[in-house]
Amino acid sequence: MTLLSVENLRRRYVSTGRDIVAVENATFSIAAGETLGIAGASGSGKSTMARLLLGLMPPDAGKITFEGQDWLSLKGKDLRRQRSRMQMVFQDVLGAFHPTATVGETIGDPIRVHRTVPKPQRTREIARLLERVGLSSDFAGRPVYELSGGQRQRVAIARAIATRPSLVVLDEAVSALDVQVRNRILELLVELQREENMSYLFISHDLAVLRAVSHRLAIMDAGRIVETGHTSDIIEQPQSAAGRALVAATLRLMPGGRQTNTIQQSEPTYDI
Amino acid sequence: MKLIQKFIKTPEGIVGIIILSILITLALSAPIIAPGDPLRIAGRALAAPFSDPSLPLGTDRLGRDVLSGIIHGARTSLLVGAAAALAAIAIGLMIGLVAGFCGGIVDEVLMRVVDAFQIVPGFLLALAFVSVMGASLPVVVMAIALGAWADPARLTRAQVLSLRERDYVAAARVIGMPPVEIAVKHILPQAVPPVLAVSATIVAAAILTEAALSFLGLGDPNSVTWGSMISEGRNVLRSSPWLSIMPGLALIVTVLGVYLFSEGLTKAMTRPASTDRSAPRDGMTP
Repeated sequence: MTLLSVENLRRRYVSTGRDIVAVENATFSIAAGETLGIAGASGSGKSTMARLLLGLMPPDAGKITFEGQDWLSLKGKDLRRQRSRMQMVFQDVLGAFHPTATVGETIGDPIRVHRTVPKPQRTREIARLLERVGLSSDFAGRPVYELSGGQRQRVAIARAIATRPSLVVLDEAVSALDVQVRNRILELLVELQREENMSYLFISHDLAVLRAVSHRLAIMDAGRIVETGHTSDIIEQPQSAAGRALVAATLRLMPGGRQTNTIQQSEPTYDI
Repeated sequence: MKLIQKFIKTPEGIVGIIILSILITLALSAPIIAPGDPLRIAGRALAAPFSDPSLPLGTDRLGRDVLSGIIHGARTSLLVGAAAALAAIAIGLMIGLVAGFCGGIVDEVLMRVVDAFQIVPGFLLALAFVSVMGASLPVVVMAIALGAWADPARLTRAQVLSLRERDYVAAARVIGMPPVEIAVKHILPQAVPPVLAVSATIVAAAILTEAALSFLGLGDPNSVTWGSMISEGRNVLRSSPWLSIMPGLALIVTVLGVYLFSEGLTKAMTRPASTDRSAPRDGMTP
C-alpha cells in the first residue's frame, strides 16, 4: 500500500540573481513499512526534499499525497493536526533542540500538543518513550545540551515517534555521529520500524548507511532523481553517473570494500 | 551564574554597579536620610554650600534644601529612566517579534512605522507628546518610550529573523506546535539577551531626556527633578552657579554609571567563557 506519493515536485531558489534548482520533477513513492533511502552529494537537493515534504517550505509545483490526502492543500490547524503522522529527525544533534529545554520537555512537547495521552500520564509516557529508545527514564530531568551526540539523537527519535507517525523523515540523522554510535542508532531505527510498522525516508550522503537500512534507494543529482531501484541492485550496478560516483566513493572508504559483491539480501542489514 | 562572574571581572561593570547601587540606595532611602517634602522651605535663600551643617549643599532661591532635592531627584530620574526604558523595550520586543516572525506584508508595514519613528528625533517627539497630553510622570514615561522603542524593535526583528531559520524552530513546527507558542516560547527568550545589552543605553538616554524635558518646564511639576533644579539655578547662574552644577554633576554621575554598567554587560556577554588571562598556563609558571 502506498503511504506517500510525490509527483513532479519542484522548488527553485533565487540566490544573488541566479535561479538555482533545488528539486526538479521529483517523483517517487513510499509503501507502508518501507524505507526509501535518498542518496546524493552535498547540494543535490536532499534536504530541500525533506523540508518540502514536511511543509517547512512550499514547493513551486507538484503534488504530494500522504495517507490518501492531498498533503499540500492542508493549512493552519488541519495541517498542524496531521503533522503528528509525519515526523522528522534532524542532522544537527544540538541545533534541533530548544537551547535550554530538558529531555522531558522536548519529548513532552508533541505529547502535549497532540494530547496523545491524558495529562496525568504524561510523565509515564515520557519514561516509556525514553526506554523505547534505550535511555533510562532518569534522563527526563536533564538538559539536552548535557547529553552526548548519540543520546541526543535518541531523544530526537523519541520525540519523532511520540505521536506514532506513519512516516519519519531522517535528514542525515546519523551523519554527525561516530561509527559505533551510528551503528547502534541504526539498529534502534530498524528495530523501531519493525515494531511500529513505520515508513522511513532516510536521507544520507553515505551509501554505507543507506545500504544498512533501506529497502529501496533513490539517487539525487542536481535536484533530480536520476535513479531508483532496490538497494542491492543500485549498489551492485548503478546505472547513472551520480550513482556510480557515490558507489565508487563508498567502496573506497569501506574496509574490505572490494568484496561488496557478497551482498545478496534485500532485507536491510545493519552490519556496515 | 557565569554571566555575573564575567560581569564582575570587567572594570566597567564593577564601577558601574557600584555607582548604580549607591544611587539606588540613596533613592530608596530618600524619606529616611532627607525626610520631609524636598520642595518645602528649609532655611534662608541662596545659602552657599558647606556654610550651614544642616544644609550641606546650601539652598536655592526659595530657600529649599539642595541636597534633599538631589536625593529626591534621584528617585524621579531613576524611576522615569527605568520605566521608560522598560516600556520602550517591551514595545520594541513585541513589534520586533511580530514583524520578524510573521514576515511578508506585516513585516513591511511594521518596519515602515519603525522607520517613521526613527526619523523623527526622539526628543522632539517627547516634547510634542508632553505638551499635548500635559506634564505628569506617566505621560513623561510614555513620551520618552515613544521615541526609544524603534531601536530595540529593529534589533529584535534581526534576532528573530535569524532564530526563525534554526533547526529547533523547524522541529517545533514539525511537531505541530501553534505559531504563537513557537514565537513566545522558542524564539522570544533567545532574542532577549542582545536587546538587554542595549537596554542600559536606553535607560541613560531616557534619564537625559527626562532632565531635558524638566529643564524646559515640561516635567511633572509636583516632583523634584534634576532637570528642573538646573533650570531653576539658571536664573542665578552667575551669583550661585552651584545650584545648576550640583544637579548637573548628579546627572553626569548617573548616566556614567548606567553607561559603564551597560559596557560591562556587553563585554560579559560577548566575551567567551574561558578568557582568564591571569591564570598561568601549565609549564609557564616561573
